[in-house]
Amino acid sequence: MSAVLQNLVNQPYKHGFVTEIESEIAPKGLNEDTIRLISAKKNEPEWLLDFRLKAYQKWLSMSEPNWQNVHYQKIDFQAISYYAAPKPKKKLASMDEVDPELLRTFEKLGVPMHERAALAGVAVDVVFDSVSVATTYKEKLAEVGIIFCSISEAVQKHPELVRQYLGTVVPVGDNFFAALNSAVFTDGSFCYIPRGVKCPMDLSTYFRINTEGSGQFERTLVIAEEGASVSYLEGCTAPQFDTNQLHAAVVELIALDNADIKYSTVQNWYAGDENGVGGIYNFVTKRGLAKGVNSRISWTQVETGSAITWKYPSCILRGDNSVGEFYSVALTNNLQQADTGTKMIHLGKNTRSTIISKGISAGKSNSSYRGLVRITPNARNARNFSQCDSMLVGDQCGAHTFPYIQVHNNSAKVEHEASTSKIGEDQLFYFAQRGIDSEEAVSMIVNGFCKEVFQQLPMEFAVEATKLLSFKLEGSVG
Amino acid sequence: MKNENNQILLDVQNLYASTQDTEILKGINLTVKRGEIHAVMGLNGSGKSTFAKVLAGHPDYTVTQGKIQFEQQDLLALPPEERAQAGVFLAFQYPIEIPGVANSQFLRLAYNTIQSKRGTDELDPLEFDDFVRGKMKLLEMNPDFLDRSVNEGFSGGEKKRNEILQMALLEPKLGVLDETDSGLDIDALKIVAKGVNHLSTEQNAMILITHYQRLLDHIVPDYVHVMEAGRIIKTGGKELALELEKHGYDWLHGDRQNNAGISA
Repeated sequence: MSAVLQNLVNQPYKHGFVTEIESEIAPKGLNEDTIRLISAKKNEPEWLLDFRLKAYQKWLSMSEPNWQNVHYQKIDFQAISYYAAPKPKKKLASMDEVDPELLRTFEKLGVPMHERAALAGVAVDVVFDSVSVATTYKEKLAEVGIIFCSISEAVQKHPELVRQYLGTVVPVGDNFFAALNSAVFTDGSFCYIPRGVKCPMDLSTYFRINTEGSGQFERTLVIAEEGASVSYLEGCTAPQFDTNQLHAAVVELIALDNADIKYSTVQNWYAGDENGVGGIYNFVTKRGLAKGVNSRISWTQVETGSAITWKYPSCILRGDNSVGEFYSVALTNNLQQADTGTKMIHLGKNTRSTIISKGISAGKSNSSYRGLVRITPNARNARNFSQCDSMLVGDQCGAHTFPYIQVHNNSAKVEHEASTSKIGEDQLFYFAQRGIDSEEAVSMIVNGFCKEVFQQLPMEFAVEATKLLSFKLEGSVG
Repeated sequence: MKNENNQILLDVQNLYASTQDTEILKGINLTVKRGEIHAVMGLNGSGKSTFAKVLAGHPDYTVTQGKIQFEQQDLLALPPEERAQAGVFLAFQYPIEIPGVANSQFLRLAYNTIQSKRGTDELDPLEFDDFVRGKMKLLEMNPDFLDRSVNEGFSGGEKKRNEILQMALLEPKLGVLDETDSGLDIDALKIVAKGVNHLSTEQNAMILITHYQRLLDHIVPDYVHVMEAGRIIKTGGKELALELEKHGYDWLHGDRQNNAGISA
């Protein structure tokens, strides 16, 4: 690879600072006592402790999966701290009460909550390590009956809703990491949109892992009642540590009749250094249930960080005429690995799904698309369109595509398209010959490549994603 | 009266260049003044295209000896984008495809980058659209081409026209056309030639790299150079091209053998 490309892809991580906030950390290790401690700390009802313990038992009986196209040292689950909360833990009524150090952290991250909330009309729920710090705009949303709060708070204030839906889309024993999450999740976001309500603003959560040696196991639950709609944004960053940290979240979405949930993620967890030391293991289970007729679940993700990204935001299309969408950009650099894609499970009649996946590999990284489209026997007239494009930057990276298509109803129409392209010296020289330097050239090529996905993001996020991608790839071209 | 030195736009002295340890250019000397059109001819493998790429700063080639002065500054000291910004334009023999990037976007970024380096006004998308459509008329191009990805799925002729369109937008001081005529049918050739003639002024200069006389029927050069084995072995007026067309390159060998005793 040429010096130009080398420089382009070698970028320091901008969010690698640690915030000096005193944390309350549980002793490392996992056993029933740890789970009881977490549950007690959070003052949880008995049914939730049972939920956790059941998950833990399942987890003990499961083994860590190894079919994915990523390689890493075995995780020592006893070396992880399962609970880290910023201290002091007093209740916060408004943003002004949030620890100023914490606010500065978010400013460094480019999330000035005051401006962001006020100017952009975005309500932000912030999950710092494992505890949700503050939720803005909560009251305004409450006026139309929307509940948007941390999942801990929801457990206290709306236990019936949490109990009704928690674990219904991702059962406790779904997979190894989902079982772990179900046993130890410490916080996350909860969102409930009542019947017929169109959420008047985008809801946003920012996740950050701040404490070394802690894992982050947040749990997100979004419910859209009949005819409701919501657009939910999620952003993630973490500081730079030499050790690997585990992020094993579970996100469950439930859309009832005619409801519409759009879930967008911009993930920029710390990716490790150029030698592959440190970084986040992002092993996440995200699944949406399009339960009602004419319902829609739409996932958009821009994955730029993490040492290893391993996730398949999926849609179960149970309601007739329901729609599932997956739009993804996954960028890997240095020694990053990503195995990501989606599952579209067609159960209802006339269900439709669309998959647009864009993988960009640079440095010595590896990126895989893995996707399953399953048309079950009862899913008459199901439709799927999949498009998987890979782009290589330089000649030491890899891109792989693993599409699985299972059709059990002969009225189905399933299309799959795939392509691989490469940013070459010749393209960069062509730009240069027109006066355009390599940074701008790469940025333009990559953003052009991702256009179809960025169009799906809310405006503000699209701008952020465009910048992030350019930043991840651009360098001091000398 | 202008100083004679100011009229010299490009001065190449004893230029040697190699790629992957193979020496391709072996001592090129060439002086180009403003207002001139130079044709560089020669067989395949004689180094014509390498010369064009070295002028533009292609990273595959290393200059091992010699100098290139462009407007009295050291061109070899500049990275490719700064050479372009200084006014060196290369119309590619094989224009590169850039999937996903709309032509209009690419053209505007190139135009505005060069404009800002010259300290002149940049154009917003709407202004640029009017501007570029005017230029496209000159080259008889279909407007829908603005929305297509750069060179992707273009025919050979469309790609070459796109190169000339870019030259028309960027208004370089030195235009180097690397076999722009190859792959063009006679109608497209005439359109491209018309465009080049239109862009040629007293203030700029062109270097046309070509195999064939037929381009020179439409763009009349002031000088014709013949390259062989990495050097210019003969220079003449426009009639030299006609002689070559008539007698073939072997005719020069006879000519050179006659001179061999003198130069050795």
